[in-house]
Amino acid sequence: MSIILLSIAVLGGIGLLIGVFLGFFAMKFEVPVDEKELQVLDALPGNNCGACGYPGCSGLATAIAKGNAPCDACPVGGATVAKAVATIMGEQVNDVIKKVAYVRCAGDCDKTKTDYTYTGIKTCVAMSFVPNGGPKSCNYGCLGYGDCVNVCDFDAIHIVNGIAIIDKDKCTSCGKCVKACPKQLIELIPYEAEYVVACRSKDKGVDTTKGCEVGCISCTLCKKACESDAITIENFLAYIDQDKCIQCGKCYDVCPKNTIQKS
Amino acid sequence: MNKLLFIGVSAALVNNVVLSQFLGLCPFLGVSKKKNTALGMGGAVLFVITLASFVTSLIYQFLLKPFQLEYLKTMVFILVIAALVQFVEIILKRFAKPLYEALGVYLPLITTNCAVLGVALVNVQKSYGILEGVINGFSTALGFMIAIVIMAGLREKMEYNDIVKPLRGMPIVLITAGLMAIAFIGFSGLL
Repeated sequence: MSIILLSIAVLGGIGLLIGVFLGFFAMKFEVPVDEKELQVLDALPGNNCGACGYPGCSGLATAIAKGNAPCDACPVGGATVAKAVATIMGEQVNDVIKKVAYVRCAGDCDKTKTDYTYTGIKTCVAMSFVPNGGPKSCNYGCLGYGDCVNVCDFDAIHIVNGIAIIDKDKCTSCGKCVKACPKQLIELIPYEAEYVVACRSKDKGVDTTKGCEVGCISCTLCKKACESDAITIENFLAYIDQDKCIQCGKCYDVCPKNTIQKS
Repeated sequence: MNKLLFIGVSAALVNNVVLSQFLGLCPFLGVSKKKNTALGMGGAVLFVITLASFVTSLIYQFLLKPFQLEYLKTMVFILVIAALVQFVEIILKRFAKPLYEALGVYLPLITTNCAVLGVALVNVQKSYGILEGVINGFSTALGFMIAIVIMAGLREKMEYNDIVKPLRGMPIVLITAGLMAIAFIGFSGLL
């Protein structure tokens, strides 16, 4: 028993001495911190995701206080944080459009087939080294191994029926999933955007249909129906420019394969 | 005197902490991009290891051994090392801000650097006294500094080389480190 007490006393004593020593020197050699930096740090969300490109929220706070970063640099905080930071720094900020991420693939397990059984590591990144870009019948589609799910700090992505689905309301558009997807399927679109082409297959119509029931066959019906000239067809794939789209929904009504989906 | 020289040379060159014992690889690979930062890191490690070996051998001889608490050495050593690193961080932040920023996160990582704890434990294992322990620590850190500065010099030169794409970045650094280790084997005949 006395051995236990002795060891506790020794460890505790050393810890206490060290604490006093460090505390004294920390006070003696204190570095004056910029007031503004602390205020900006308070205003930032504080989840240290690194989406702004700086090491954590404290890194961004330092950069903003020095003037190296703009007030709306935090994509997670969005408009509210940008305004708060601008008030602290005494600057004006433009209105920030809230964006969310969207996975441009609707080919889940019901709509596609599997070409072969894959028994390797279950990660999307490996698909670049594997025949046909993966075991799915469409070479461009989402494989559902969840690299994007792992990288999301906000629990906004889930794999449902073999493809990744993003929850619009949880997404903070930090952009990490966009970088994580090796097939570049994820795109940032405005929160209010309703209609998206859920396909990125650059194959001709016939080949796309072989791979997936809801793939884009570039029939150009959507382009003709579009009232604001927002749709372009390139590489046998339709693309809606969200800046021009007026959300009329005509493309959605007209698409024969249900490739244009409501987000 | 001879024994001290022997300890010194063997710790710095023959059993180089990075290239022969493979300890302390994290800062070795992480801070060796520029000679100045590498020198700064080597200096910080030198200070921490020397002071750490001094304090830990003191504590071991006068506190742990008399009370038969040798089994506590790992925990106590880690406590002392962490405190010393924190102290170095406070000093650097106040007196050498550019170096502090350049080292970044690698400065607190000296705490978890196995080289520091390794030296402290080797001092106990080889039953070195206080002076021998300090010389061992100082020379080990000197060896670390030599290795990291050489690596920085090589990396600065390689910056302008046309390296094959798969090997760019960390792979070529690791290969270089391996070649350096082979070169340092040449010292083994010294003693």
